[in-house]
Amino acid sequence: MNVIEIKGLTKIYKTSEVIVKAVNGIDINFEEGEFTAIVGPSGSGKTTFLNMLGGLDKPTSGKVIISGIDVWKLSSRQLIDFRMNNIGFVFQSYNLIPVLTAGENVEFIMHLQGKPKKEREKRTKDLLEAVGIGNRINARPSKLSGGQQQRVAVARALASKPEFILADEPTANLDSKATNSLLELMSQMNKKYNTTFIFATHDQRVMDKAHRIVTIEDGKILSDEYFERD
Amino acid sequence: MRIITIAWRNLWRKPWRTVITSGSIFFGVLLSTFMTSMQYGSYESMINNVVKFYSGYMQIFTQDYHENKTINNTFVFNDSIRQIIEDEPKLTNYTSRLEYFSLASSENLTKGSVIIGIDPKRENMVTGLKKWVEKGQYLSKDDNAVLIATDLAKYLKVGVGDTIVLYGQGYHGVLAAGIYPVKGILKFPSPELNKQFIYMPLNSCQQLFSAPNRLSSLVLMLHDNYQLPSALSHLKSKIKPPFMIRSWEELQPGLVQMIEGDKAGGLFMKSILYLIITFGILGTILMMVSERKRELGVMIAIGMQRYLLSRILFIETFFIGLLGAAAGIAASIPLTYYYYLNPMPLEGDAAKTMIDMGIEPYMYFSIQPDIYYVQAIVVFIITLFIAVYPVIKAYTLSLTSALRS
Ligand SMILES: Nc1ncnc2c1ncn2[C@@H]1O[C@H](COP(=O)(O)OP(=O)(O)O)[C@@H](O)[C@H]1O
Ligand SMILES: [Mg+2]
Repeated sequence: MNVIEIKGLTKIYKTSEVIVKAVNGIDINFEEGEFTAIVGPSGSGKTTFLNMLGGLDKPTSGKVIISGIDVWKLSSRQLIDFRMNNIGFVFQSYNLIPVLTAGENVEFIMHLQGKPKKEREKRTKDLLEAVGIGNRINARPSKLSGGQQQRVAVARALASKPEFILADEPTANLDSKATNSLLELMSQMNKKYNTTFIFATHDQRVMDKAHRIVTIEDGKILSDEYFERD
Repeated sequence: MRIITIAWRNLWRKPWRTVITSGSIFFGVLLSTFMTSMQYGSYESMINNVVKFYSGYMQIFTQDYHENKTINNTFVFNDSIRQIIEDEPKLTNYTSRLEYFSLASSENLTKGSVIIGIDPKRENMVTGLKKWVEKGQYLSKDDNAVLIATDLAKYLKVGVGDTIVLYGQGYHGVLAAGIYPVKGILKFPSPELNKQFIYMPLNSCQQLFSAPNRLSSLVLMLHDNYQLPSALSHLKSKIKPPFMIRSWEELQPGLVQMIEGDKAGGLFMKSILYLIITFGILGTILMMVSERKRELGVMIAIGMQRYLLSRILFIETFFIGLLGAAAGIAASIPLTYYYYLNPMPLEGDAAKTMIDMGIEPYMYFSIQPDIYYVQAIVVFIITLFIAVYPVIKAYTLSLTSALRS
């Protein structure tokens, strides 16, 4: 079943000097349980595409339909709630709220969702253990390594039980050891919870793990390939 | 996570910045409170000078006397007026006076003076006249003697036990003349009073001016100036012509004007002070928001509604103001209270001018509650004003640019 349907998605940036077609008429669908990499050189439109898909950046034209809902028809308040309940985000860096501990960062989103305290606490503990940070639950982000921070970000993204997780270059600031273990973690989570993961990346190690690689260039899809992995 | 906890922790991310910003509010509030306390203290002492030394909070006299202060426009203290005064609950005391001009002479010196006939006991309760007796003794009701102010006594070269002659015009043009022993010398803090006042018991005075039972004014006292408006309006409604009542403010419009003028000057200075503080806080808040742009973007991205975010930022701004204002007020209360109990003595030229103006050379402080809570309100309003910026920012922050920063 298609979780995400994208039709004619276009984003045009107009600056005083130039008009940039950052995303130029993309049609694509994503299914439940996908583990997909959006790849392409820097400036090809990956971030713009992901941001429109995630309800962060308004398309110039085109549609993003998630579980039957035309996302960009929602009011701005509805859209924030929609993101909270349906989409998990992992950004390149500085994902976490600095004044909250690892545990609080994970719990925070469930708090926003209005989940009861007991459930929040249990799920926070479970998720942090699952991502291997169980013993750092009370550490502030500044006391965690970059890799650990990204793991907490994954735990937070999973905490709201989203339809899918969008990760924009999640490994860009990590060394190869941290990259491997983060990838391992995400693929585990993908299998365990059947949560869809969509990455933007130009990291070969990420591509090697992906089940589907969508290549874009100049805001257009160049290729869309599927791979069998282990 | 309660948003108040997040806001509180955010404040202490850069503890020094918070301390310095709150500190500037602290000093602003302290300085402003101190200034205001000093200002109000000086007004209170000026009012006291006028009210408690002489004029009382209110006076009753005839309309004619108000127009023309002659002995012919005096009145007889009747029961209906007495009843009105005694029924007024806010009055703490009152006294009767007969006041007129005459010449005072010693052996070969003469000077125009103000003769005040008083009820010695009541006058002392109202204005504390007795405490200004420098030499000799205070009057009693049946004396046929005078108290004379020190500079006047020096001029006339008389001392306690000497006699002076008073002569002038009495009621309806009758000649007024009498010889009186000096029972005491009065030394007032105000040089103005020291130059011209002669006090004598009401009976003697009425005899001198051939005005038996007549008074020029009734002087009414209250606990303090705060009681004045209600007592005045109440009494005004009851006192009918030919009588009238006037407050010290109406009797001394110059003093009122001076106080108002000084208040305006103080307000101007305080406005500048607070303007500087406002920009200081605003700078901090601008920095705080711009540094955290990305973090704020992430919060909205993952599902925090903008109004919640604006609440966090608002609380942070408010805390900074609250910390500074609370600390400033907490520090200023003991400080002003100390100076309230121990007025600051003045020296040098300032002291001289004050003495010349008839004011005691002390810096007085006031501890009126509004001195403190007005500061709190001002800081509160400033913080509200500044908090508009982060609140607007929370509502208008562009997610894409925040996330790309
Ligand atoms: N706010 C913007 N204003 C103007 N041009 C932009 C803006 N954001 C991105 N772009 C342009 O859009 C294109 C795609 O950018 P982006 O989506 O960030 O690519 P990628 O993530 O693949 O590096 C680039 O040419 C970039 O310069
Ligand atoms: Mg990018």
